[in-house]
Amino acid sequence: MDVWSSLMDGFATALTPMNLLFAVIGVLLGTAVGVLPGLGPAMTVALLLPVTAALEPTSAFIMFAGIYYGGMFGGSTTSILLNTPGESSSVVTAIEGNKMAKAGRAAQALATAAIGSFIAGTIGTALLAVFAPIVVQFAVSLGAPSYFAIMILALLAVTAVLGSSRLRGFASLALGLAIGLVGIDSVTGQRRLTFGQPLLVDGLDIVVVAVAIFAVGEALWVAAHLRRTPLHVIPVGRPWMGKKDWARSWKPWLRGTAFGFPFGALPAGGAEIPTFLSYVTEKRLSKHPEEFGKGAIEGVAGPEAANNAAAAGTLTPMLALGLPTNATAAVMLAAFTSYGIQPGPQLFSSQGPLVWALIASLFIGNFLLLLINLPLAPVWAKLLQLPRPYLYAGILFFATLGAYSVNLQAFDLVILLVLGALGFMMRRFGLPVLPLILGVILGPRIEGQLRKTLQLSAGDPAGLFSEPIAIVVYIIVGIILAWPFIYKLIRRNRPAKKPLLPANSGAADYSD
Amino acid sequence: MSSLATGLKGRAELGVALLLGAVGVLVFLDANGLVTPYSQSDPVGPKTVPFIVSGLLIICAILLAINVLRGGKGEAEGGEDVDLAHPADWKTILPLAGAFILNILLIDWAGWVISGTVLFWGSVLALGSRHYIRDGLISVALALLTFYGFYLGLGIALPAGLLEGIL
Repeated sequence: MDVWSSLMDGFATALTPMNLLFAVIGVLLGTAVGVLPGLGPAMTVALLLPVTAALEPTSAFIMFAGIYYGGMFGGSTTSILLNTPGESSSVVTAIEGNKMAKAGRAAQALATAAIGSFIAGTIGTALLAVFAPIVVQFAVSLGAPSYFAIMILALLAVTAVLGSSRLRGFASLALGLAIGLVGIDSVTGQRRLTFGQPLLVDGLDIVVVAVAIFAVGEALWVAAHLRRTPLHVIPVGRPWMGKKDWARSWKPWLRGTAFGFPFGALPAGGAEIPTFLSYVTEKRLSKHPEEFGKGAIEGVAGPEAANNAAAAGTLTPMLALGLPTNATAAVMLAAFTSYGIQPGPQLFSSQGPLVWALIASLFIGNFLLLLINLPLAPVWAKLLQLPRPYLYAGILFFATLGAYSVNLQAFDLVILLVLGALGFMMRRFGLPVLPLILGVILGPRIEGQLRKTLQLSAGDPAGLFSEPIAIVVYIIVGIILAWPFIYKLIRRNRPAKKPLLPANSGAADYSD
Repeated sequence: MSSLATGLKGRAELGVALLLGAVGVLVFLDANGLVTPYSQSDPVGPKTVPFIVSGLLIICAILLAINVLRGGKGEAEGGEDVDLAHPADWKTILPLAGAFILNILLIDWAGWVISGTVLFWGSVLALGSRHYIRDGLISVALALLTFYGFYLGLGIALPAGLLEGIL
């Protein structure tokens, strides 16, 4: 077993005292920022990028792994105790979770979320360890035309499938691609969109862009609409579950995992769809359907498992193809690049020890989360009471510090403010942030593959279709683009179904 | 005139379309200004992708404008601390941006410890805290801590500025 021995080597690396310490820091930090409103794992990794530049890449990624899973866990804690989910993937958890908390069952809701996350995360990471090398074997045979097609698919899928307005998604993507164009063209050395400004020649630093859009944009946006009345936090003791809760939870955990992983692993990833599917399935299969909408434990267990399994799934295309499909993976990919590591199928052969240490630390991080966070839940609930002026001033302070420390030039802070204002505007007018970030990161790489493809075919556009995989991918792209029209046709021939989610649940509308 | 004004009222989102269109035109003009001889080794050249991006931007701008004029609306993002019931609070935003800009102007000349203090203190006050002295002390502590933390822990020397020699 090659996977097995590589994984064991990974554990050997990740379990050294120093790296274990980074895993603990990552898990604690991740949970803290997941709990704190306004902060998410993507923003945290972005803010930490400059700080970790001084670390070994392995240690940095072990910490990022902890932040990744920790952030997920923290997010569900908030949505259960506050009923105001910070991320779209925990919207569904809030529906039943907060009802449970209000009915005095917060401890059980948190427990089923934590244990379900652990089980789903562990199974998901195991699947990642098995599938990623298989995807790599398949991927090394692909040439530039296929890569070009797959990247186009990832961009379109994330833009068109997620979010409520496709048009606004594409607008955001186009802005991201434009930002990605800034700087010297790597093939001809021409300066693009630099406006004679020498500081723009090297392009916009992805750290600065990510911090601006995620952190500064968010802080400004919240500042403009800061809730003046304090939120009501439901007090909670140590999470625990009774025998009956276990009996009602274990099947939804497994089913949620089965929904989450494949969706996460697809280039169109995202955790919204599988959590929603899991919720609907549990509602149908439950022996206590009357409890749904009043705090059914299945409605927390399933979606939470789906959420974490999807998070593990997302790392499959990220590690095997260099293709991120959520914000945190995108920033982690930027981190690889800043360490001079080329993401893609070569990653497993060129950086094998690093990748396997990362996968091993995902297992460790998951276990640590369970171990540390069950007893710490009351502490995290207290964190929700942090005075908001300090929280958002702190975000701005550390965003500035992080962006400045990359190149030590004040000009980067100007860009930070300008793009922060852009992030503010995008939040105000419902432009999703993820397509922009993916556009910035993937845009230059897509252009590179396109030019390589046409170079091989001596300028003949038919070169784009010279590999069978590319053709298959273009067909999928066509279906995604035409989907709204197909959907309308199907709908016309079928009576409309009743909505499965309660009204005003805050869940996004996926019909568009 | 007044009908135009009422037509535009509440359609601030048209500004987004305008921005998209402007960026699109900018990208087009910039790419158009590049001079490159055709080369066998790079048939695509540096212009093609900018042209595509600019096309995408302009199409999005037009479609968004149509969408908004027909009554379409982007959904403002919610969140734990976001209360969309009241309109944007410019009395918070503008001082906040002011503190940020002050930091940009001061950082190279006065150094991080001073400019970072100004940034944090200004932001906290802008966000509504009224514990002037406590906030000031926290700001100085944060700025000093990060200065030494970055210098000793990471080997990154943030500018000392006016306090050069003291720190």
